[in-house]
Amino acid sequence: MKKDMTCIVCPIGCQMTIEEKADGTYEVTGNTCKRGPKYAINEMTNPTRVIPTTVVIKNAMLPRLPVKTAEPIPKGQIFDAMAVINQVVVEAPIKTGDVVIKDLLGLGIDVVATRTMDKC
Amino acid sequence: MIYDVVILGGGPAGLAAAVEAKNDGAEKVLILERDRELGGILNQCIHNGFGLHTFNEELTGPEYAERYIQKVKDLNIPYMLDTMVLDMHDNGDLKSIHVINEENGYMIIETKAVVLTMGCRERTSGAIGIPGYRPSGVFTAGTAQRFINMEGYMPGKEVVILGSGDIGLIMARRMTLEGAHVQAVCELMPYSNGLVRNIVQCLDDYDIPLKLSHTITFIHGKDRLEGVTVAKVDEKLKVIPGTEEFIPCDTLLLSVGLIPENEITRNAGVVMDNRTNGAIVGEMRQTSMPGVFACGNVVHVHDLVDFVSEEAVLAGKGAAKYIKGDLDTEITFTTTNGDGIGYVVPQQVAMTNVEEKVTFYMRVRQVFKDKVVNAYIGDQLIATKKEKKLLPAEMVNFKIAKDVLAQYPAGEIRFVVEEAK
Repeated sequence: MKKDMTCIVCPIGCQMTIEEKADGTYEVTGNTCKRGPKYAINEMTNPTRVIPTTVVIKNAMLPRLPVKTAEPIPKGQIFDAMAVINQVVVEAPIKTGDVVIKDLLGLGIDVVATRTMDKC
Repeated sequence: MIYDVVILGGGPAGLAAAVEAKNDGAEKVLILERDRELGGILNQCIHNGFGLHTFNEELTGPEYAERYIQKVKDLNIPYMLDTMVLDMHDNGDLKSIHVINEENGYMIIETKAVVLTMGCRERTSGAIGIPGYRPSGVFTAGTAQRFINMEGYMPGKEVVILGSGDIGLIMARRMTLEGAHVQAVCELMPYSNGLVRNIVQCLDDYDIPLKLSHTITFIHGKDRLEGVTVAKVDEKLKVIPGTEEFIPCDTLLLSVGLIPENEITRNAGVVMDNRTNGAIVGEMRQTSMPGVFACGNVVHVHDLVDFVSEEAVLAGKGAAKYIKGDLDTEITFTTTNGDGIGYVVPQQVAMTNVEEKVTFYMRVRQVFKDKVVNAYIGDQLIATKKEKKLLPAEMVNFKIAKDVLAQYPAGEIRFVVEEAK
């Protein structure tokens, strides 16, 4: 199978082509750095994304705390992840990097705060 | 008290300029910020992708801001929040900044140098004049972003987005994740105005159609938005009759461009560039007014915050040099945009201030494939930058070494898009 894709590892956005060979290996062309093929193969076999979103926070200056998955999660589980994250309510104070959800969906990946919010 | 450097705006440009000025020996630095916290627009940009150049890792907006806020705090740089700058006057060696806040009332702050870092604001529906009604449900993409990410309000459920700028693309994904249905992103131009990775990650990932060469010709709904009429445009951007299509929706987001916020700059009499809508600046981001510097989106709209920080370092360094009397003002080169290039920043270069190289930022006017950007002084080709693809959405970053420029006594550096040889 052959697929054209735009690399999104960096802002250059190389137009790459990935082809699955008969022996199950992949050939990637069009990339300009070695991160390209890694991304392309991953997009073919197990596409993943970091999910940045928010959770409800109490006793802070704002009612929402920005969070993200500490690692990219499988693309197919994004909406399952959102459903879990949207149930969470935390209390200030919170520091950047604090774990908001441990082991999201059993993936072994935490959801962490992406900003510090003091109590007020 | 007389300050060394006063910084107008505590967003990414202001924070990085303050840190650099202080590190370079400016003792009395002050940041003025009109919002209730530092960080500027980064606070609402909760998505990742910031800092790939600066920190070599992928951060979210608030994380990127926090790194600079921490540096400001570590250096004990004072800042005033909820403080609005009204005016700036040039009194020769000193500038006076007229500001107002709830705590101190009206104040006049005196300083030797100023760095303008007010950023930019969004074009609104009024600015583009779409015919039809004025119901609720029409937002700029950035307003919707603040509502969802910071205030916790969802603007609507059935969404159309006009304009494929980065904020529009980011909001298409954000609203989808929060349960809304984004029907389409309409773009007037035949190409997107957003970064490629945002088209892939925000639209392609969620099967949101990008309708290129499409615009909105009518807004329906008297109280709440009920739908929009979308139509195709020809190469002259004129609506093609018969292509109109009604799309029902309760929310319209506009991502139709950003305007540098330069009221203070203009009122002070700083010379402006009508290509960038920002001040004309030199290699250290000095403006026509001695001691006044400008950097970030107030000079020209950037697509990556990393380059804002890079530019702010120059302005901070320049301001520190200026107060020590080390900044040369004699202009060696001016720059100009030739064929295919929309603008070039900086517009002037004083060679004695240059350390190793000058980075010229520019935008192309249209999509080019397998072309080069050439820099000329007179007929002499002085530098070339090869690009596989040149997009108006992605700023070209053209570095020329000091040794190369030093071979020429003076003149105009002209940047043009040409065939690769």
